[in-house]
Amino acid sequence: MPATPTPAKSAPIMHGFANPARFVRLARWLMPLLLVSGIVIAAAALAWGLFVAPADGLQGETVRILYIHVPAAWLGMGGWMAIAVASLVELVWRHPLAGIAARAAAVPGAVYTVFCLITGSLWGRPAWGAWWVWDGRLTSMLVLLFLYFGYLALADASSEAQGGSRLAAIFGLVGAINIPVIHYSVLWWNSLHQPPSISLGRSAMAPDFLWPLLAATIGFSLIFGGVVLARMRAILADVQAEARLRRKARNGAGAGAWSDA
Amino acid sequence: MREVLDPWMFVYAAYAIGIGGTAIMVAWSLMAMRGAERRRERSREG
Repeated sequence: MPATPTPAKSAPIMHGFANPARFVRLARWLMPLLLVSGIVIAAAALAWGLFVAPADGLQGETVRILYIHVPAAWLGMGGWMAIAVASLVELVWRHPLAGIAARAAAVPGAVYTVFCLITGSLWGRPAWGAWWVWDGRLTSMLVLLFLYFGYLALADASSEAQGGSRLAAIFGLVGAINIPVIHYSVLWWNSLHQPPSISLGRSAMAPDFLWPLLAATIGFSLIFGGVVLARMRAILADVQAEARLRRKARNGAGAGAWSDA
Repeated sequence: MREVLDPWMFVYAAYAIGIGGTAIMVAWSLMAMRGAERRRERSREG
């Protein structure tokens, strides 16, 4: 007798959050929690970095830009990874909230990519004597910003056309190829940018710099999560309002046709 | 001649962009969410 097919365990858990009402109930308390805790931790970490952490022996006071620049770079890349994972879930499992989550992550991801580029430029001027150099790391980060612009345009166009967001999801997946390029660019090509100081399980950074940096990264990541949830609620509410108005218009037109007859 | 730059000017500019930009993004997202949820309520009532 053939074994009874059983669904993968991850699918029911994942689809448990597919119910929009359940998602809104969860987001209603999780979003303010993420935002408030993120703001408190980020504020404390930035104050620590600005007033308590020491200056660097080589770079002096400009090293304090690290506490803004690195979290911004992490969230710029993390935002695209979130888009890629949500796009995969949307394409493979057709999870109804995955496309909304991908669209919600795009704006904060693009914003932090811009912050990374601007703060990097502000750091480069005193450290390298140049606002910008066309090396692998800076150029691949700029490419990431253009990918965000492309994704946002595609996602907007597909939502207006009511044709689903498959094209945007495919673009989100394909664009993820740029993330390892950004990460390894400083190893693959000659660069003014320093190689990675932190990798899984070890750090070449002194604890005086490392701890406020980790705190700032956690704080900004929590804020990012809160913003994504707020934007998901906004997109979901817009979709529901539009569907309701369309249904009313259709019913109204139907009633009108009957009364005219 | 070596150019002398005030490092704090660059540090403050980076912090202003990071903090100010994040505050604007959070406020914008919350306002967009409230606006969309109000529109949904109105569509339910009307």
